[in-house]
Amino acid sequence: MREPALGGMAQTALDRADPLFRKGNTNCGGCGMSNLMQMLRHAVAERPVQMIIPASCAAVAGGTFPQSTFGVPTLMTTFASAPAAASGAASVAALNGEDLRIIVLGGDGGTFDIGFASLSAAAERNDDILYICYDNEIYGNTGGQRSSATPAGAVTTNTPDGKAEQKKDILAVMAAHRVPYAASISLAHADDTLRKLHLALDLNGFRFLHVLSPCPTGWKSEPALGMELVRLAVRSGLFPVYEIFDGKRHVVNIEPDFSDEALDMYLSLQRRFQKSGLRAADLRPAIDRYWQNLRALSGRIVPARRNA
Amino acid sequence: MTVQLLSANHGAALAATLAARANRKGRGFCSGVYPITPSTECMEYLCVQQIEKGRVIRVESEHSAMGVCIGAAAAGARTFTATSSNGLAYMVENCIAAACLRLPVVLAVANRTLGPPWNIWADHGDALTLRDHGLIQFYCADNQELFDTVLCAFRLAEDRRVMMPAMVCMEGFILSHTVAQTQIPEQGQVDDFLPLTDIPHRLGNTPHTLGQIEIPHQTEEHRWQHHNAMLEVPRIYAEIQNEFEAIFGRRPADAIHAYRADDAETLIVSMGTIGATAERVVDMLRAKGRRVGSLRVRLFRPLPAEAIRACYAGKQQIAVIDRNISLGLGGVLWAETRCLADPGAVVQNYLAGLGGGDVRPEHIVAMLSDLQPREIAGPPVMMEAL
Repeated sequence: MREPALGGMAQTALDRADPLFRKGNTNCGGCGMSNLMQMLRHAVAERPVQMIIPASCAAVAGGTFPQSTFGVPTLMTTFASAPAAASGAASVAALNGEDLRIIVLGGDGGTFDIGFASLSAAAERNDDILYICYDNEIYGNTGGQRSSATPAGAVTTNTPDGKAEQKKDILAVMAAHRVPYAASISLAHADDTLRKLHLALDLNGFRFLHVLSPCPTGWKSEPALGMELVRLAVRSGLFPVYEIFDGKRHVVNIEPDFSDEALDMYLSLQRRFQKSGLRAADLRPAIDRYWQNLRALSGRIVPARRNA
Repeated sequence: MTVQLLSANHGAALAATLAARANRKGRGFCSGVYPITPSTECMEYLCVQQIEKGRVIRVESEHSAMGVCIGAAAAGARTFTATSSNGLAYMVENCIAAACLRLPVVLAVANRTLGPPWNIWADHGDALTLRDHGLIQFYCADNQELFDTVLCAFRLAEDRRVMMPAMVCMEGFILSHTVAQTQIPEQGQVDDFLPLTDIPHRLGNTPHTLGQIEIPHQTEEHRWQHHNAMLEVPRIYAEIQNEFEAIFGRRPADAIHAYRADDAETLIVSMGTIGATAERVVDMLRAKGRRVGSLRVRLFRPLPAEAIRACYAGKQQIAVIDRNISLGLGGVLWAETRCLADPGAVVQNYLAGLGGGDVRPEHIVAMLSDLQPREIAGPPVMMEAL
């Protein structure tokens, strides 16, 4: 039994003794990755895991030599190489008959952008890796520049008038590799998150998890509101929470109510959207189109919105 | 021991295969490979070998090829890859990472010109881009030497006192594609020569992070340790030569290869296959009564400075031939070794065979004719292909 207490956020006696992400780390307050690591600790429990981490906030949070924030053996790689290094480490584990899970923890820059070629290649080879992308929609480590995960309209340090281009649909891209499992994760929905983490840890082959990770520093939002922002993004339909098996079977896990009020709330609670003045009405058509497609893929005939 | 007709590329791959199998009772072997002319045949040959407890991963770039080796070595496996030219340039970031992480990856390099403009022929400039970052570098002149050096490179790189990547370089096509008889040892002999790979800082069960942030004085300490480990390489390599000889019955080439140099007044200094040509020129000129000798630098990093200084001693005229150019300076071998000659000696740089041009005996004779009347060294001279 590894039932989460308090929605998965609190520690229990069943947790692994050494946390995956130890106290005293240098993450900003309200960082979504810190929440993710709490959940991952629950899911991993006592299983042997190793982490592979490309240049990212997680690499900085890893601590200063010879200390280690991560409570498991961890390898820091160059920015674009985490999937390749994970392929090597997973292969050696398999050759030695070790029941070891190799987990890559990469940011959106390392996943959507610079590491994309090696990510795609590791997925194409279906190497035995659990790849978790904590997506804060920004190059956080370098002070907040645009990535291809940054949504249109968000101000970053190198798009001072707001980014013009849409966010890359990474989950669809990964599903196109026909990997055994790809899913998006809402940290505000602990049960669903833990179920997916357990499933992804248990499966073999390449598994990809996309986590929307609030970044108060980059989003210019209140640190305490991180989970609330995720909940609003999910509820409004902006961040669809679903899973894809073998690149084919699409399952929507959390039904949004497509509330414009929630979407406006999501936008207005982050100063990064202030300059472009984005409103729910601006985003709604694209969200509707996305969900219509997702409905079709998931074989559901229920329309996204009654009036859509 | 059998004798096989092999190209140097295939020889390097076969040496790596034997080394891979020798670790079957350890943590095995894992390699990431990606093709590039003229090193492609090396990875192709590796990909058709049966390796017990081994996996060769066909990746999407040289950068990832070394990335795989880093991950595999961090997991404690023996690792090898091969590349060339722009592939090596693309791999550089991870080569440096492997070195700084002190992971003993062995890398066979078929030296080729960097571009574009594209040129697939030999030039040492690709490997020399990595001279400053803590990778051992050997430059070889023939097939057997390359085969032996690859085996020695595993032993050397994985030695606890060394623990860093090793590059074994061969000029593209000139050596990589030359087929020659190569003595191939039995697997049992290689098993005796190569202990199981044991990387003390590999990821195991104890939580620790490899490659996390360092503050300046820690980096200082790590660089200094790395530098001092490199300085031990010539001495440790000599030990390895002895053990190699005891097991395989032939002695692998020295860190520097001097030929009829003891009583020479004029010395021709080079790396790689040019050294073999230089030795022919030495024989020709000795027959005419000229006291000429040759020095071929095989181990370029760490630079065996004292051995080179001892060879330079007493030589009045030294021609250093570089198949590379550090633009804005001159040949790299010349720049690094000119200070090792006696005061007043003329150490003249000749650039030859850049971009893969043939360096023939007549070129070297022409260099010596140019050198003879000189009383002081001039700027580097570009020897155009005849």
